[in-house]
Amino acid sequence: MKVLVCIGSSCHKKGSYRVQERLKELVEEHGLSNEVTFGSAFCLGHCRDGITVSIDDEIITGVGMGNVDQVFEQFILNQE
Amino acid sequence: MNNLFETDVQAIKNDVLAHVAKLAYDNELTPANAMKIPEEIIPDGAKPTMRCCIYKERAISAQRVQVAMGGNVSSTAVVQVLPIACDECPADGMKVTETCRGCLAHRCLNACPKDAITFDEKDRRAVIDKTKCIECGRCAAACSYNAIVKHTRPCVRACVPGALKIDMETQKAVIDESKCISCGHCVYQCPFGAIVDKSYITDVIRMINESENNTKYHVYAIIAPAIAAQYDHVKGVTLEKVVTGITKLGFHTAVEAAWGADMVAYLESKELMEKGFLTSSCCPAFVNYIHKSFPKMVQHISHNLSPMAQIGKSLKKMDPGCKTVFVGPCIAKKTELDRGKVSEYIDSVITFEELQALFAAKEVDLASLEETPLDNASYYGRIFARTGGVSEAVGQAYKERGDDFKPNPAVCNGIAECKTALMKANIGKLPNNFIEGMCCENGCIGGPACLNHLPKDAAEITKYGKTAVEQTIMGAISVLEGYEEE
Repeated sequence: MKVLVCIGSSCHKKGSYRVQERLKELVEEHGLSNEVTFGSAFCLGHCRDGITVSIDDEIITGVGMGNVDQVFEQFILNQE
Repeated sequence: MNNLFETDVQAIKNDVLAHVAKLAYDNELTPANAMKIPEEIIPDGAKPTMRCCIYKERAISAQRVQVAMGGNVSSTAVVQVLPIACDECPADGMKVTETCRGCLAHRCLNACPKDAITFDEKDRRAVIDKTKCIECGRCAAACSYNAIVKHTRPCVRACVPGALKIDMETQKAVIDESKCISCGHCVYQCPFGAIVDKSYITDVIRMINESENNTKYHVYAIIAPAIAAQYDHVKGVTLEKVVTGITKLGFHTAVEAAWGADMVAYLESKELMEKGFLTSSCCPAFVNYIHKSFPKMVQHISHNLSPMAQIGKSLKKMDPGCKTVFVGPCIAKKTELDRGKVSEYIDSVITFEELQALFAAKEVDLASLEETPLDNASYYGRIFARTGGVSEAVGQAYKERGDDFKPNPAVCNGIAECKTALMKANIGKLPNNFIEGMCCENGCIGGPACLNHLPKDAAEITKYGKTAVEQTIMGAISVLEGYEEE
């Protein structure tokens, strides 16, 4: 599974780096490090919709520290 | 937009670039259509505004079109002379003016070491024999009336490396490629726009068109931090609107070159500590200058990429197959494409003047656009655009890493100061351990292809730096991975 967190200016300003770090943490906690690879993307084109994450080419917008755990469960944990 | 440009020379060049860009965007830039541009700009019945007749103006315009399309007029180099346009300056040398009274003292004659001065029998004024005169200027210094002046063409005066000469037969400017560092100072200084920089706008527009709206690959615009001082005085335009404008030109998005500068500051601090003496490598004209005029110093040039190439490398790694275009105030950046591995990271280079021509071609009204944020680099990466910024950032990198190494920079503001520092270092007489070389005065904000050069430009850069979300170099670069790899 490939997870790309957008680090374009809009997402970066909203804290995408912290989102990426939290996702990495969760992946590790659940022992998924071998299955999930992380990367960055420079602007996924959803600048006005909150922080954007691409998981195996599926675009999830509006991610933040408030819902990152839920996004992990729904799109990463339940897909593995 | 009012007062967008500093001079009409820029406006004339921009008109040509915009015409070429428009045809290129429409995939209609055939040789036949390109040949029609001079007549579109100077139509039948128009009155000549700059030269003797409209036919000469058209001939010059045709040469401008050729260079705008990346062609060659007088050489294959980035900086070229348009021979037809270069004919308005008087010949260089010592000149006796009307102020000469034909006095009795003849201090000029006595001062002349070459017996080059005689006196006219009729009006008794001094006459200089050009075949004997060595232009030492002693006669001018001796004259009680300041009647003798040394005339130097603006291009020759601008050229510190001494690459620009006047051909005595044709009286036209000629560039010695073995000395030219492509700094573009002659381009900026020529009051007739007779020296120009070769443009790659047609390459860039082809990349944009062939990307099919960035679906086949992404085209990134890497914008130099000096962008913050280009449109700030234009009513209703903000940097964030310019970023939106860049996407309207067909770029996927704009990325800060200052982000690359953050990485460079970090890497430079490490290399300086290892080697003990270093010159910066971010100013391409400075690097060219060392290669051409101070070959002994080449070993001391920092091995780090420039901020442009550094961020280009990150983008190529993050988004394989993407295209990267640098947009900046710098003409010499166009020559950096030929240095080392830079062409692997950067596909093309255009200037702020050329960016403005693209806005004109696409009829982008910047003031009417919505804003898009631009925020990845730190304060320290952003201040690379003004003199002293590199040294400040390198010093900061030591602080952040907790190293107690003390950098002792020689901050060179402009090429004349670069020359002095390099001459001292060349003979081991420079007390500093780091040379920050910036060929343009005030740094990149003084670049020859800036839209303007205003007194508050440096303050604009500091302001832009202070708005950065990232307060530290490490904060800005920790997001990027693999920047230390070869």
